[in-house]
Order: sequence, then C-alpha cells, then structure tokens
Amino acid sequence: MPNDILYSIRNLTVEYQTRAGPVRAVDNVSLNIRRGEILGLVGESGCGKSTLGKAMMRLHTTPAKITSGELWFDGRDLMSLSDREMPNVRGAEIGMVFQDPMTSLNPVQRILDHLTETIHTHEPETSDATARVRVEELAERLGIQRERLNEYPHQMSGGMRQRVMISLALALHAKLVIADEPTTSLDVIVEAKFLDLLKELQKEFGLTILLITHNIGVVAEVSDRVAVMYAARMVEVGDASDIFAEPKHPYTQGLLKSVPNILLDGTELYKMEGSPPNLLHPPTGCRFHPRCPYVKDICKNEDPNLKPVVMDQLAACWLYQETAVNGR
Amino acid sequence: MAKPKTLNIEAIPDRNSTDGNMLVRLEQVRKYFPVQSGFLASLLNRGHIPAVKAVDGVSFFIRKSEVFGLAGESGSGKSTVGRLVLHLLEPTTGKVTFDNIDLESLSQEEMRRMRFRMQIVFQDPLASLNPRMTIGQAIEHPAKIHLTKLSPNARRRLVLEILNAVGMNPPDAFYDLFPHQISGGQRQRVVLARALVTHPDLIVADEPIAMADVSVRALLLDLMMKLKEEFDLTYLFITHDLATAKYVCNRIAIMYLGKLCEVGPLAEVYQHSAHPYTRALLEAVPVPDPRHRRTESMPAGEIPNAINPPSGCHFHPRCPIATEICGIEEPDLYEIYPGHYVACHFA
Repeated sequence: MPNDILYSIRNLTVEYQTRAGPVRAVDNVSLNIRRGEILGLVGESGCGKSTLGKAMMRLHTTPAKITSGELWFDGRDLMSLSDREMPNVRGAEIGMVFQDPMTSLNPVQRILDHLTETIHTHEPETSDATARVRVEELAERLGIQRERLNEYPHQMSGGMRQRVMISLALALHAKLVIADEPTTSLDVIVEAKFLDLLKELQKEFGLTILLITHNIGVVAEVSDRVAVMYAARMVEVGDASDIFAEPKHPYTQGLLKSVPNILLDGTELYKMEGSPPNLLHPPTGCRFHPRCPYVKDICKNEDPNLKPVVMDQLAACWLYQETAVNGR
Repeated sequence: MAKPKTLNIEAIPDRNSTDGNMLVRLEQVRKYFPVQSGFLASLLNRGHIPAVKAVDGVSFFIRKSEVFGLAGESGSGKSTVGRLVLHLLEPTTGKVTFDNIDLESLSQEEMRRMRFRMQIVFQDPLASLNPRMTIGQAIEHPAKIHLTKLSPNARRRLVLEILNAVGMNPPDAFYDLFPHQISGGQRQRVVLARALVTHPDLIVADEPIAMADVSVRALLLDLMMKLKEEFDLTYLFITHDLATAKYVCNRIAIMYLGKLCEVGPLAEVYQHSAHPYTRALLEAVPVPDPRHRRTESMPAGEIPNAINPPSGCHFHPRCPIATEICGIEEPDLYEIYPGHYVACHFA
C-alpha cells in the first residue's frame, strides 16, 4: 500500500437486515484517504455516508453487518482485529465527532475529567498531572478557556461542545478524525469558526479528517478532495477544485447546480427531478439512471464501475466508459 | 461618530399604510416567557420573575403578495415572531394587525373564523402530520372545520385538486396513503396542500425546506413560488439560511436576540448591508466554490442568553466596531436608504 494512504476502504458492503429483506446501505464502496488531507464525503440522506463512517471504525451495530470488503488503516487490516483490540484503535488512533455533541459527552462529568479519563484509559501510564497539563494546553489551543474545563457539557454552547469533541481526538494524537455532520447543529457563524479551526488543526497537527456532510458549501470551504455517494454507491471521487469546476457524474453535476450560492446573481435554482431510490428495491444498472438526463440503454442494465475519467478524478458513469463496455 | 436618531421605528409601518396593500403589521411587539423557578427562588426574587425576552420590541409590516424573509440564528426569536403573527401566541405588549384588524380585539370565536386566512408550515413534515390520518384526511381536515358548507363529495374534489396543484400526481393514488408511505419531499408537499385547502392569504413558512435534501429543496422552493402566484399568497419565510432566502424573498429582516437589526429589500440588504451582524451572517454562509475565501473575521463568542441580554445594542459584546456608546444606548432602526432600515450607531 502506498505510504501516503492512511485509510483504504476496499469493496466494502454493509447490509441492514430488515423485516422486508436486506438493505445494502453501502454497496461495494472503495475509497482511499490520504495522509494529511481533509476528504469531504457528501451525499443526501439515506445514501449510506454515515453507515460508511461508522463501519470504518467497526462501530456499526445490529442490524447492520459488514458482508464483504476490507478496511486497511495505517497498514493494518482492521477486519482481522478482534472486538477487544478494536477499542485501542477506535477513539485513540481514529477520533470521532458526531452531529450532536450533547449525546457524545457524559452529562454528569466535568469536561476536564472526561478528557483526562480518556487519556488514562488509552495510556494508563500517564500521570494525572501530565494528563491535566496536556488537556489544558490543548483546550487553550482550541479556544476553550481553562476555567471552562471545570464546567459540565450542558453549561457550554454547541460550538464549544464540538471543540471539546475535537480535543478528545487530539488528546490521544489521533491520526484520523471522522467527523459526521459536525456543523449541522451549529449556527452559520459558529460553523464558519469551527471550519476554520479544522483547517488550522489539519496544518498544525497534520491531522487527516474525513468530513461527512450533506452541506456542499461546507465541503467546498474546507475539503482538499471530495467523494460523492448516491444510493449506497460511490459515484465520484476527485480533487475539490476539479469536482467543483468540472463535475463528471450527472448526479454530482445536478447536485452542485441545485445548491443555492449567495454570491451568484441568478434567481433560478436547478431542479433535479425525482428523488433518491428506496434501497430495498434499487433500480437496476446505474442507480441514478431513472433521474439521469443523459441516460443510455446500457445504464439501465449494467452497473458502471468507479474509473478514472481524467487524472485523479474518478466517476462511475457509462458516459465516460464506452470502451470499457466491450472489455467486459 | 454616532449618528443622531433620525427616525423612530414606529414610523416605519405608517410610511406605506396609505396604499392599503399591507397584510400584516407588527408594532413594538414584545413577547416575554416567564422562566419557571422554584418556590425558594421566587421568594428570594420577591415577585420579580425572570423572563426570556424572546421578542423585544419588533415592528415591521408585510405587504400583500410579497415574500418577507425573517432570518437569524437559533434563539434570535424568529419563530416566536411567526407564531405572534398568526396569534398562536399573544404578545406581552404591542399590536399585531392582520388586514387592518387588531387580532387582540377579536373574541375567541372571531379569531377562529379568521384562522382559515392564515396558515403555517413547519420544518418537520413528519411531525406535522398525524401518522394515523391518510393524506386525504389530513388535507380535508381544515376544510371540514372552516368550509362547513361543502358537501363531502365537493370536499374530496377540492382535496384532489389541491394535491394536483402541489405536484402529487395522480392525486387519487396518494389520497389513501399514510405519511410514512411517502418520501420526505412529498410529505412537505402534503403539508403545503393542507395549508392551501382553505385558500389562505398568508402562509408562515417556518424553515420549510431545512429538513429536505439538497436536490429536493430546489423543487420545493420552486413549488412554493408557483403556488404563491396560483393562490395569490403572501409568505412570511422564516429561515436561518441566507443563501436560500436570496432565491425567494422580496424583502428581508435580520433578527438578533429578540430585535431587528436590519430590514429592507433583499438586494439592498445583501449588497449594502449596514449592520455588522448582517455582514457577519452573510460572510459566514458557506459558498459552494472551493476558490472562495472569507475576507472578514467572524464575531467573537456565540449568541448570548435572552434572559439577561447585553445592555445597549444587544450585539455590542461581539461587534468588531463597538464603542462605548453601544453598551449604553440602544440604537433604533432608522432609514439609511429608501426602505432600508438599520439599528446601529455606526451604520
């Protein structure tokens, strides 16, 4: 595995067992996360992006199940680790930030205690004093005043709580932070400041961040690369500048055009017809074909693979894979 | 230097009152919610009950057939204003008029008969729909209450017509479905249909598209604008998303901690925003373009507690240009350009 890749997802499939039958929330998805990058994973609700994020830490719970695929983190095969070994990776090497920090923090524990306890759990040899100093320094760096560490989560604002969540990951020198809709519950001004902080941390600590969000504006603001999911499949991956300048997949094209842009003069938004499919009975062939303006016969019957369209920009679309048809 | 007060806020609605096309008018409306406290605390406070000043002296008007945006962060009081406009909440002080009728002066029965003229659409359509009522029943319900003269058959026809108008085709296929059987975007269409069935004059739309996915949002906004023409509606569009507001609103008001900081025609407010808070909000909106970089720094801290709002201008502790006067004297809204009002000492 090339050394610049920190996390590699290989052909991952995650299924939910439901009474109506199995639902594939993540279907044969591959994705590489490079060291030191902020990778924005976007998609609409139900596309499987959060399931993917959870499965990456093997945090998925029944009825979700990884039915196939491999997860390689920093040269290690996470699927081969036992349930007892997993917590050493989870929380320590891979940090997590969720949408609602209130449900991630213990309501009856002071922030300082929470942070030092986390350090002690993963590094039992660290002394109280050392852990405390580390927490205080970190808090200061993240804009949390020292006195506020003695507060309980409910005494803090939403933005402050998200900073605490990030500090939990940084306290243990996490290599990767998976942030699932971290700014969705925040107001725009607080969101802007939190995004600035993420970028600073990326530079200062060489932090790698997987940013899962439905907010295209947020992705544009901080991401180095972008991955787009639709109906459990990865449809496009590439540099943020390339994808925003020239999206290849018709879904990405439609998605980007439907986002309101406060800087543009236009008063009309692009309207993508239809809605994402029910994953119990996904469409055959390319899952986007019933909504696609460029649909061809092959799209209805055969599944396109994620393949390079231009340098470093991959798309799963038959528009760019005419030649591949004969090869199959 | 601080400019002298040039205009009292109370004068604003009067400017256009003569043209008779005003649908809603709020005059110095306040809404305080008393904070529940224990027996001991109430003894210690000696009868003084602390209150959340959710809306603290707000005046504006909405013209017939316009889309009036009300924007602000969570906790700014914008949703409370929406409920005050519909008289779902009674103002602590101040006056709310609808089509020149003082809503306070109406009896309960009279108010009930006014209700068909005003409707509300909330953020979460699943929470707004009764899970045990079919879509047809849900839409028919307001008609049953307000349009009592209609026969059951005529009511059904009306419901099918409205379903068709909100793009639920074929309407027969949806009539007997339950809310859980349709998609989120369709649910919001049903909520719109239910609001429209009595042919109201005003719809208060409280974050109507916040729950919808990006690709569905554009469709819903487009539908709302089509319905506005078709049914000659007036919207109070409450939102936290200034990018979306840009696509629908004629005029917009920016709210912060129970007060208006800026009101005016949308393009005027966006291009010539004069209040530091408006500028910060506009600057903070994420732009879907990786080349874009923010130029202004964000205000410090977060929106304070509305029980003890800061003295003077509520925004002064976070304001980059605040001086001594801002902490002492509360700025009134005054007109800096025809129709564009700002409450800032330095605008």
